[in-house]
Amino acid sequence: MTLRAALFALGATTLLAAPAAAHRQWMMPSATVLSGDDAWVTVDAAVSNDLFYFEHQPLRAQPLAMAPDGSAGKIENWATGRYRSTFDLHLTARGTWKIMSVNDSVFGSYKLNGVETRLPRGLSPDRLAEAIPAGATDVRTSHNVSRNEIFVTAGEPTTGVFTPTGKGIELVPVTHPNDLVAGETASFRFLLDGKPAAGLPVTIIPGGNRYRDTLNQIDLKTGADGSISVRWPGPGMYWLNVTTDAEPEKAMPARRASYVTTLEVLAP
Amino acid sequence: MILTHRIAMSRPMAATMAGAFMLPFGAAPLSAQTIDLSVTLPRLDVAEYHKPYVAIWLEQEGAAPRTLGIWYDVAKKGGEGAKWLRDVRQWWRAAGRSMRLPADGVSGATRGPGTHRLTLTAGRGPLPPLAPGQYVLVIEAAREVGGRELLRLPFAWPGAGGTASARAAGTTELGAVALTVRR
Repeated sequence: MTLRAALFALGATTLLAAPAAAHRQWMMPSATVLSGDDAWVTVDAAVSNDLFYFEHQPLRAQPLAMAPDGSAGKIENWATGRYRSTFDLHLTARGTWKIMSVNDSVFGSYKLNGVETRLPRGLSPDRLAEAIPAGATDVRTSHNVSRNEIFVTAGEPTTGVFTPTGKGIELVPVTHPNDLVAGETASFRFLLDGKPAAGLPVTIIPGGNRYRDTLNQIDLKTGADGSISVRWPGPGMYWLNVTTDAEPEKAMPARRASYVTTLEVLAP
Repeated sequence: MILTHRIAMSRPMAATMAGAFMLPFGAAPLSAQTIDLSVTLPRLDVAEYHKPYVAIWLEQEGAAPRTLGIWYDVAKKGGEGAKWLRDVRQWWRAAGRSMRLPADGVSGATRGPGTHRLTLTAGRGPLPPLAPGQYVLVIEAAREVGGRELLRLPFAWPGAGGTASARAAGTTELGAVALTVRR
């Protein structure tokens, strides 16, 4: 192996490890509980260390919106700055809306004539076959579905946007995510590819950690039915992350999935 | 006879108007019980004062909360005053978010500092006929660029001829609140 090939291989390894980096991806809506018949939300979207401060990278892919009836919503005023992206959503119907940024892609590499080659970044799984040339050997791939979703409700909360797609990790409300109050216990179920996501680590971090010394992280594990329960210690915005990365020693699992949401917990 | 007939006719109409909220409160007694409510909004020495949004509702265990009044900026153009209803957050969660506003006999304009007296008659307007039992009248005030306060006034709704009263006093956004139930 030449030095160049070795460096290239190292680069590939670094790239493959990238999704597991510690930076936190999030979307922060201006409100999650809305009244009136002409409600709008403005959303900041970023990748950062501290929650919820934009100090590292903007979220670059424009998210999609789903109306309470499952139809597509319209992201408006999309703009990307140095540290954050921002956009608006007009809640033209009552009920719960979903805003989602979904990355469904394959990472990987193969060898052709002794040269290791990375698959192109962000390769869609249905284009994997054509991306690997004939005669390739040592094919290693990792299918990753990461979801970053938030929910906002005009009027009464509804559950139409929670119909699972069966891809990656998805949230099923036991407690509606727009009906959270400090001091109460909320439950959510998570599905992995449409089936109960049992035994997955769940991390919940309250926002505002820039101004405190400890993360105050809540570590949970999903039960056999994929559910968790959490008693909210106080009002505020919380970052929730579920991941299949239960085996950090495994450099490249065949399947990876992660889920991120921002939850608003109101004062009683 | 005519009177009885008129009451019998009016009850299904009242039930229709009150919608789903009415049934959990039980059968309607044929009495004209009333709640006299007095609500004091404090005069506040602040640089920017806006009259508070105030919600008044009735709770009974096992029944859907019943909004008796919501004072907000009903007249603001384009219904923009409704944007801030969610700041009356316990009411919004308990009842407001499932309502269509403005609601006849429930929505009203905001009121300024001073003591406001209301008389609610069971079976008329927003107050349904009530079965005797334990109730809580809840009042919540939220002020633009100001604070929020909530008071709970538990009372027993008496049978015919009975009386009941309850009072509470706020410390920030509400002053004295008192209710008397009488026949």
